[in-house]
This record gives sequence, C-alpha cells and structure tokens, in this order.
Amino acid sequence: MAVALVAFVLLRAAVVPHSFGQYGHYRGDAIAEIAARPIAHAGHQVCEACHTEVVDQKKQGRHVVVPCEACHGPQAKHADDPATVKPPKLDTAVICARCHEANSAKPKTFPQVVTADHAQGVACDTCHQQPHRPKIDDKADAKPATEAKKK
Amino acid sequence: MDITRRRLLMLLPAAAVAWQYVQAGTPEAAPNYKTTDHWWGMLIDITECIGCGSCVRACAEENDVPDGYYRTWIERYHVADWRIERPEVQSPDGGKQGFPPNQDTGGKNFFVPKLCNHCADSPCTQVCPVGATFVSPDGVVLVDKSYCLGCRYCVQACPYGCRFINPKTNTAEKCSLCYHRITKGLTTACCEVCPTGARQLADLKNPKDPIHEFLKTHNVQVLKPHMATGSKVFYYGMDGSVR
Repeated sequence: MAVALVAFVLLRAAVVPHSFGQYGHYRGDAIAEIAARPIAHAGHQVCEACHTEVVDQKKQGRHVVVPCEACHGPQAKHADDPATVKPPKLDTAVICARCHEANSAKPKTFPQVVTADHAQGVACDTCHQQPHRPKIDDKADAKPATEAKKK
Repeated sequence: MDITRRRLLMLLPAAAVAWQYVQAGTPEAAPNYKTTDHWWGMLIDITECIGCGSCVRACAEENDVPDGYYRTWIERYHVADWRIERPEVQSPDGGKQGFPPNQDTGGKNFFVPKLCNHCADSPCTQVCPVGATFVSPDGVVLVDKSYCLGCRYCVQACPYGCRFINPKTNTAEKCSLCYHRITKGLTTACCEVCPTGARQLADLKNPKDPIHEFLKTHNVQVLKPHMATGSKVFYYGMDGSVR
C-alpha cells in the first residue's frame, strides 16, 4: 500500500504541471501566459499623443467622443512602427453607415440617415470632407436628400 | 484509532498531496500584477448602444476570433406588443458589420450587446473536469488553452451561450475580458472602440470606480438573475424581454 502511494505521488508530480494548485484548481502559470499576449488596439491616448491636429479637429464636432480605433481599426502595430506600418484608407461609405444607417433600434437622439436616399452611393467624405469634424459648415453645399425619421 | 508507524507512513504521502491544496488560493504571489486589488466586471448601457458592431469587430481582431464565431455579439430585439416573453431577436453575423436598415413596425426595438458575464459562481468552471477553465483571483473567467481537452462540458454549462469550440485549436474559447489588456492598465478592446460609451469596464474592488455610484443610483439588471451565477456584467435600461 505504501509503495502504491509513493508511486502515485511520484507519478502525479511527473504528470501534473508544477503550478497547478498555485491559486486554485487550475494551472497558475496560465494567468501570466494569458496576460502576456500582445495587444492589437493601441488605445486612443496613444493615437492622440502624435495626432494632435486630429484631436483639435475632433474637439470642434460631435465625433470628439469617438475613439480613433472605432473607425481606423486596431493600430498597435502602427503605433509601434509608424514609419513602416500605415493604416489603410477607409471607405467612408461603409464606415460611416455602420453607425449612422437608420434603424429603429437605435436611440432616437442618435443622428441617422437612410444612406441609399441620403448619399445615393456617394462616399460620405465627398460632402463631409472632415470626418473628424463631420458637420458641413455651408449647408447649401450638401443638403441631405432624406433624413431618417428619428422615432 | 491507533496510529502505528506503518499507518503513519501510509498517511504521510497523502497528507503531502493535500497540503498543496491547503496552500492554494494565494493570489498575492502572482507576478507583475496585483490580482487582489481588482475584481473586474462591465457595465452596458443599452440606451446608448447603436448596434454599430465596433465591439464585435474589435474583439475579433484583438483576440483572433475565427469568422462565424463570437466572443461578444449584438442582438437586436423587437417586442411587438404584450408578449414580452416572445421577443423577435436578430443577430446577423453577430452584428459584426452593424445592422441593415429595418422597417419600423412599431413596438419596442433596441440592441443588446452580449458577452461572457464573468460570473463569480460560474457554472462553466464548475463542470470542467481538468481545471482548464477557472475564475482568476481578480474575477475573470479564463480558459487555459494548453490544458483544455475540448470536451464541451463548459459550452453546455454556460447559461448565456458565451462559449464555443475554436475550430482551429479544438479547445473551448470565450471572452477573456481582454485579460492581456486590463492587466496592462488598458481597457478591453470592445470598450476602447465603443463610439457611444455604451460599454464600460468596471473594477468592483476600486472604491473610486464610478461603477459604484452608478449601481447605487440606477436601475440595473443582470442576465438570468434566477440562475444565481453571480454575473458581473450589469445592464442599464434592459427590457424584461431580454434573455
């Protein structure tokens, strides 16, 4: 019996990872391994440290609250090596519509348009030439064809 | 019971094994991160969600989630009239590309972002036969991919449908609350990109976190409270039809 127990303990020591049970019934090293994964999104504070002119533009409009990577996608690689890794150019007809396409489930106060009527296939930045400050100063230049009903 | 020398020799190895478990649960020893200082959760403001899918895309890119699988997703609810127990729920591609225009037929319409609820008393961790999924000392339900067998017990046990088997690794996968970000002082990818601030990471152990004041002063719910899972994802403005 004692030999069997010793054999069990030795076998267990060989099979079970050394950090198993360190914090609970799991492999303790897993926490550090998961935490060590690299990030993909740099965070808007990192973007704003370099792109100060964009920060100033955003402060003039309602997009001031929109974080950079909501539209531009993950940019940690660009932040690490801005000379080599360049963010892709955005298709505003797609990017803008994801937020502003009219939908009855969206909050009533959120600006919405039916893009098929409003833009008729034209890219949004054709009229809204400053997406970081999207309001068009001269409304006569580009008046929306149809505004979605905000219910 | 008399303790003979023979019986003592038999018991000692077993006691040595048991002592390891007695010593377990010392998160202070975790390197580079004080797990005891945090207890993570999330606040979701349904009244602010616009269903843009930024969170779903960011999650997929941050965590290399395969196409067709979702660690987080958005559901669009439509409650026509009084049958609130039978809402119409849609989630095309998990809401990854936003939602197409819809015909407003009246009734209530709203978006509900879903993710792992990082339960304090999680059913998924209780059923894992090998200890491959666990609640970390700072309250995040994690999966140890190198230890997971892919037995799917946890997938069945999660009452919120938050787990899946990754077809590339054949192991269980789920929201990690971007553990690799929050342990570096960043917020989660989904919270980082949310254009309306509908998602907010919350540290329930930080007395200065605004979550405490919000929870005290607003009507907040968790999903399936009758399951008593200790969910730490709190929903503000959630309709009773949400499941």
